[in-house]
Amino acid sequence: MTPDPAQVAVSLRGINKRFGAVQANRAVDLTVPKGTIHGIVGENGAGKSTLMSILYGFYQADSGSISIDGHPVQIRGSHDAIACGVGMVHQHFMLVDNLSALDNVMLGAEPHWQLDTARRLVRRKLEPLMAESGLKVNLDARVDELPVGERQRLEILKTLYRGAHILILDEPTAVLTPAETEALFHTLRGLRARGTTVLLITHKLKEIMALCDHVTVMRGGAVVLDTPIADTSIDGLAEAMVGRHVNLGRRDAAARRPGPALLEAKGLSLRDELGVARLDGVSLRLNAGEIVGVAGVSGNGQSELLDLLSGLRAPDSGTLAIGTHTFDARHWLDPALARELRIAHVPEDRHQRGLVLPFAAWESAVLGYQQRPRYSHHGWMQQRTMRGDCSAMMERYDVRPRNPALRSSRFSGGNQQKLVLAREAMPEPRILLVGQPTRGVDIGAIEFIHGRLRALRDGGGAVLLVSSELDEILALSDRVIVMNAGRISGELPIEQCTETAVGRLMAGAAVH
Amino acid sequence: MRGCRGRGDVVDEVTVATVLASTLRVSTPLILCALAGTLSERSGVIDLGLEGKMLMCAFAAAAMGVAAGSLVLALAAAIAVGVALSMLHGYACVSHRGDQVVLGMAITMTAAGLTVVLGIAWFKQGGQTPPLPDAVRLGPLLPGVADAVKGWPLVGPLLGLGLLSHDGFVYLALAAVAVVWWLLYRTRFGLRLRAAGENPAMIDAAGVSVKGMRYAALALNGVLSALAGSYLVLALTPSFIPNMTAGRGYMALAAMIFGKWHPLGALAACLLFGFLEAVAIRLQGVALPAALGGGQVPVQAIQALPYLMTVVLLAGFIGRAAAPKALGTPYIKER
Amino acid sequence: MSQPTELPRWMDLVLLPAVNLGMALAVSAIVLLIVGHDPGQVLGLLVKGAFGSKAGLSYTLYYATTFVFTGLAVAVAFHGGLFNIGGEGQAMMGGLGATLAALAFAPHLPAVLTLPLMIVAAMAFGLAWAAVPAALQAWRGSHVVITTIMFNFLAAALLGYLLVGPLKEPGNMAPESRAFGDSARMPGWHELMAWLGVDWPKTPLNLSLLLALAAAVGVALALFRSQPGYALRAVGFSPEAARYAGIAPRTQIMRSMMLSGALAGLVAINELAGVQGRLLAEFVAGAGFAGIAVSLIGRNHPLGIVLASLLFGALYQGGAELAFEIQGFSREMVFTLQGLIVLFAGAMSQVAAPALARLHRTLRRPREAAHG
Repeated sequence: MTPDPAQVAVSLRGINKRFGAVQANRAVDLTVPKGTIHGIVGENGAGKSTLMSILYGFYQADSGSISIDGHPVQIRGSHDAIACGVGMVHQHFMLVDNLSALDNVMLGAEPHWQLDTARRLVRRKLEPLMAESGLKVNLDARVDELPVGERQRLEILKTLYRGAHILILDEPTAVLTPAETEALFHTLRGLRARGTTVLLITHKLKEIMALCDHVTVMRGGAVVLDTPIADTSIDGLAEAMVGRHVNLGRRDAAARRPGPALLEAKGLSLRDELGVARLDGVSLRLNAGEIVGVAGVSGNGQSELLDLLSGLRAPDSGTLAIGTHTFDARHWLDPALARELRIAHVPEDRHQRGLVLPFAAWESAVLGYQQRPRYSHHGWMQQRTMRGDCSAMMERYDVRPRNPALRSSRFSGGNQQKLVLAREAMPEPRILLVGQPTRGVDIGAIEFIHGRLRALRDGGGAVLLVSSELDEILALSDRVIVMNAGRISGELPIEQCTETAVGRLMAGAAVH
Repeated sequence: MRGCRGRGDVVDEVTVATVLASTLRVSTPLILCALAGTLSERSGVIDLGLEGKMLMCAFAAAAMGVAAGSLVLALAAAIAVGVALSMLHGYACVSHRGDQVVLGMAITMTAAGLTVVLGIAWFKQGGQTPPLPDAVRLGPLLPGVADAVKGWPLVGPLLGLGLLSHDGFVYLALAAVAVVWWLLYRTRFGLRLRAAGENPAMIDAAGVSVKGMRYAALALNGVLSALAGSYLVLALTPSFIPNMTAGRGYMALAAMIFGKWHPLGALAACLLFGFLEAVAIRLQGVALPAALGGGQVPVQAIQALPYLMTVVLLAGFIGRAAAPKALGTPYIKER
Repeated sequence: MSQPTELPRWMDLVLLPAVNLGMALAVSAIVLLIVGHDPGQVLGLLVKGAFGSKAGLSYTLYYATTFVFTGLAVAVAFHGGLFNIGGEGQAMMGGLGATLAALAFAPHLPAVLTLPLMIVAAMAFGLAWAAVPAALQAWRGSHVVITTIMFNFLAAALLGYLLVGPLKEPGNMAPESRAFGDSARMPGWHELMAWLGVDWPKTPLNLSLLLALAAAVGVALALFRSQPGYALRAVGFSPEAARYAGIAPRTQIMRSMMLSGALAGLVAINELAGVQGRLLAEFVAGAGFAGIAVSLIGRNHPLGIVLASLLFGALYQGGAELAFEIQGFSREMVFTLQGLIVLFAGAMSQVAAPALARLHRTLRRPREAAHG
């Protein structure tokens, strides 16, 4: 059944987009009928954000065509997209905090050079718009006084004011409470009734099932499933999103028995500056001789969990027990103390945290350990020892070029990562926290790094592995914890990890 | 009937009027400079070169005034120099990612030297320019009105002497406050300018050029700095004297911060600082009450007050001074 | 401060400053031409005035000594990620400290004790004057650039008050303190030379030069060989990474500013103990700002700063000579050049650096092609 072209709001045909070595979009076709809510689902790196960025004019496709409302169009920039009636609400709001909501709506499209007149004209246009669409926003309040949900409605209002009838929302519920999410859905249904077309980028399968008419699942840059909601289920979506994985149910896992508990965290909760709960009552235990993988689409609290356990941040509430030491929210860990307790940390952001880029490699090689007696005698740096240790690290972990004097920024991403890992893993820590260990690392190095992590575990250490690569989690972990919306949605021993089970947990649905 | 003037009675209407007059005169260059800084910093560009710009423009006005004997040409020269320096600021810091603080210091240091070098070369008076002809300098704008009002009972001296006997620039400065306020808060241009200093990514996405807004702010900054500098030679001292700005540029910066980057706040701060300076000379030699330890009022304490107050404000002890969020960060389009 | 473009080490440390200096000199030459001087003649006489005689060389080194102190001050703060414009005020307060120590101890103690006490006092007062803006930045978030500028004015006001009041020499019209006793005077270079049997003219150059060189070596060791220096540089480059490494940014902000202030305070030893023998209101005379130029062109490295200080010392001394030799030449030409150096080495280096990087890449390509 071919849809009438005039009834198709958005039609993307054969979209290809490559960034360097990565094929972000691979021959993507997408048809979105008018007046529907269409979900675009996928894990990190699946290509959904790239696709929508092409539609909104941030990037241009290498090949392929775009049609809007049945007419082929050229979208060279966001002005073209806006002219075609496409509006985008970003995950990170584009608002000026100390201006009023009204000023934010009209900024850049003010109808008159005199602000008073402009405001009057805009208000006259906005009031019916707000009534019709059901978007209630206090136009005269300053943005920094508005709750998050209202700020988001303001962002939607901005696009409607500019004549958008095709709305792209990028992970809109990431910052909303359940109540605010319901309110948003109500708004979107209302917009749909008015004839607005909504494209919803998300990884939350429950929301897709609740809200959308149609869904497209992307994986590895290509479309793997495109179906009306009525014809699918959460399981079906989860399976499509996660795909076939090879290393499931490893037989070696059965023989392993975890040792005593090295770390026990209870009820960790953390809110950010906007008041959104980043972690909500997370409890976990790390045992000796075990790799615990934390799966889940990034942004669900994994980064905050690493920050807490490494001492970089303190929670609002919760406790932590490591050996004989206990910590609570008032008296939390700090990074120096963590290292004294033999907790090592390979941070997710190797550039901002893991290394000091302008430092030479031998200086970065002691980052975090610079006060150890080995490296500092009465305040004097033992340069020869530091350089020697750096060489040893480079040798062991195959970091190239083998030059300790080279500036850290001159190493490739993969070699930087290997250096950081060498620094943290070689002293045989009791607990290793590691975030995205193989991001940007070449294939050969990935295997090597995985081997080192396994060796650490075999030596009796505990590893907490956070990764957005499910393959990696499943290949290495003895036990998998899935995080969703700041909570642990489930925990499975590796033998029980099927695609469906993990996918459902990632989507926030329970496993039965 | 005038109030009783007993011995040791420091304050009477004439004194109040004179102090008011001094305050306005001293504040005028501060107000113009603080407005210049406000516009620039509201758009996101730090301006530490106010001192240098004011100095160079004062020199330009003096040199042209002596050479051409025309007020209009003197002002034109000053404005040309002021805008040129601001454009240099824009080139180094907005178009290229030069450090804004360092550039401000560079302009100030170069101006201090260059004005004297050119002064000695062109006028051979040790860096000073010859006095400007009276025709070029500013005189009272409304002498007739001022004289008429001076004789009124009670408020006569206050109005006549204090308010109405000034040259045009004093009124220009006050008018400039109103104009800048109106520009920033009542026009589309001002809204976009303020947004450029708070969230440049946002207006860039909305299709407004961040560079354009910052350059426009800098151009206005150049004109206002030029007016501030010109005033020094057109009204306060008849010739250019090396380093005649004497820290006024930094005081204007302090006033801008003290006024929380708002034109009306800057006006209030400038008037306050101007008042302190006008009062400082008068208090010299006056005895301190025994309760404060006797002795004399140290004039340096009063001179130091504006700076001390700014530090206290910055430390957050008397309210918060929130600078524009994107101040000092060069905007790089990210894609 | 903005992030610089990536250049190979040698280009960053040698070529870029040379290019920046060259551009500043070129613009200065244009200014000289405008005012009717011959740049070549000026340069020749400048070099001769600065280095052509023992006296000239001595003056050059005497000026350079002060610039080493203020240049190191700016550099240390810069390595900690902060711009310390308050060197002027910190030097003034160092003068106050040295003066108080001199007036208190010189009558009672020999030079071998008085001078070290003066050094400690100068450093302590400079350190304290920098510590307040540092604390305000670390704990209240007050921008250190603005507060240090304000503190410069406060220092001038304080010194001005003291020198017309409590510290003034009775019977003297000028705002000066009482003269220091003999044991508060730093021996002159000519005295050292005479003791070694070498003939040397009497100039302001004094043993503070050795103190300056020792300070440069000390700062180099502290920054690049000590563990506190490592922590300081880590915070300066990346506060995030520093926190990850267990280093508290606040402590490092305090340390770098305090060391910076202490170094600036040492100007007093050269100028007051070495030359004036009493406290003068204007003894710093812009050295704090010259220190900014010195540090920028010296790439914030102690060795570069020593060389740049020598350059600036030569400019100041040569400039003074030129004012004698050439009709109509003013010493302010040196200040103009100073400002231009800050312009090109500081603000405009982001214009030159990418151009140099491009040049480097185009030059490297044929070489790579040749190697296949």
